[in-house]
Amino acid sequence: MSDTATSGLKQSFQLKSASVSLTALELYYFDDEEFETNLRDKISQAPGFFKDIPLIISLEKYQGLDSELDFFKIIGSCRRHGIHVVGVRAANDDQRRLARGAALALLPGGSLRDPTATPAPSANDTAPEPPAIAPAEPAMVTSEPAPAKIISQTVRSGQQVYAPEGDLIILAPVQAGAEVLAAGNIHVYGPLRGRALAGIHGAEGSRVFCQSLEAELVSIAGHYKISEDLQENSWKSAVQIQLRDDLLVVTPLDKA
Amino acid sequence: MARIIVVTSGKGGVGKTTTSASISTGLAKRGHKTVVIDFDVGLRNLDLIMNCERRVVYDFVNVIQGEASLNQALIKDKRVDTLFILPASQTREKEALTKEGVEKIINELSETFDYIVCDSPAGIEHGALMALYYADEAIVVTNPEVSSVRDSDRILGILQSKSRRAEMGQDPVKEHLLLTRYNPDRVERGEMLSVSDVEEILAIPLLGVIPESQVVLNASNQGLPVILEGQSDAGQAYEDAVARLLGEDREHRFMTGQKKSFFSRMFKGG
Repeated sequence: MSDTATSGLKQSFQLKSASVSLTALELYYFDDEEFETNLRDKISQAPGFFKDIPLIISLEKYQGLDSELDFFKIIGSCRRHGIHVVGVRAANDDQRRLARGAALALLPGGSLRDPTATPAPSANDTAPEPPAIAPAEPAMVTSEPAPAKIISQTVRSGQQVYAPEGDLIILAPVQAGAEVLAAGNIHVYGPLRGRALAGIHGAEGSRVFCQSLEAELVSIAGHYKISEDLQENSWKSAVQIQLRDDLLVVTPLDKA
Repeated sequence: MARIIVVTSGKGGVGKTTTSASISTGLAKRGHKTVVIDFDVGLRNLDLIMNCERRVVYDFVNVIQGEASLNQALIKDKRVDTLFILPASQTREKEALTKEGVEKIINELSETFDYIVCDSPAGIEHGALMALYYADEAIVVTNPEVSSVRDSDRILGILQSKSRRAEMGQDPVKEHLLLTRYNPDRVERGEMLSVSDVEEILAIPLLGVIPESQVVLNASNQGLPVILEGQSDAGQAYEDAVARLLGEDREHRFMTGQKKSFFSRMFKGG
């Protein structure tokens, strides 16, 4: 949908509807120091992924007092880690007022599980009602699965491959010191010697498959195991790794 | 058009300069007009190994900055008359190497030379990036130990993403693995990675295996490229590597211990 010039006059810009996938930080309560510590821990798992990303703060599950909400501190913490807070998904009027005070865009509520339903933040939005903010056709992309990213070259030490929406399929080794990340599953048809992070937006059903498990770290939806813990079983063999009751479970592929 | 070959490794002290000296000498001995450039600005060594340190007047940086012409800076080797050396500056900063400056010199050398061998500094900083940027082929020098293999893997990633060929979307830089300081006895005792271990991890074609040898050290100290020590294992191994670089098919030697060669041959790769 685009706003075409009807008068025939030349315009300096055109408004277009855009649908982007954003990362949401679901805040349960806010404590300055704890927030900073937790943020640092999260980021250390995938430093490259969080660099310069836009982030929205989601308050739908916020249980703390609204008076404890300090958006300036949140923005400050995030900025120190290279993350840009662009908007807030507020639950009540007080939270909206606070967000407006911190010059953050207000976003309509929605299910966090479905990132494609998140409309792009719009700078001049002041009205909190969802319909006023997202007049564009709501979800043109929902039924279409995100395409998998396919890599056929060795991922070398120091390199990072990132599939922000779907699965990541690698038809070559992932070397020690390399990092592969995906919103969905990760398949490595070769030895996995580096770090693999699947379900980075929180998809707990994601899995990691590899021909030979020699990884430095495997993470699914933020739950991770390091090399030391992985060596206990099926080391250097073909496995799948999945999340069961918040624990990473390694299963040999021939027994799956 | 000259073929541009970078000798690189990531890790320091693995034998890049020794290799640059021997490969360039080997190419020149076979009649190819060859120039070897020292990219290690600030820590120049190549002139010592080539025994021409007393003849350095102008250097690479002087030429880039227009203070001398290429002909003034190039030093003609005394042993092989198709070989020239472009020494590094000892006093400047690595930042003196600019992409434009290096390109201009490489283009100028390309007109008259068959091979340009670029001796890279260690690390993955500016100097190393400049050395590999214009490469058509890369000789990745690796010692049979884990940290060296890791660094070589890193440099291979950089060759695939930051070289001119990668940026222009041309055919990738042709990669060669050269394993140096190889000691078959220590491999048998499990103290070193074997050739097949390193080949399996790095997954690039093997150009040669240079055995660990006192001859290499003696030759460097005398300012003699070890390839000219024709009787030594190391010299012959470099000779083989040059032949393979030029497309000849030669069997790999010096990969097994002296005494138990029959047995280790039996169990090679096992």
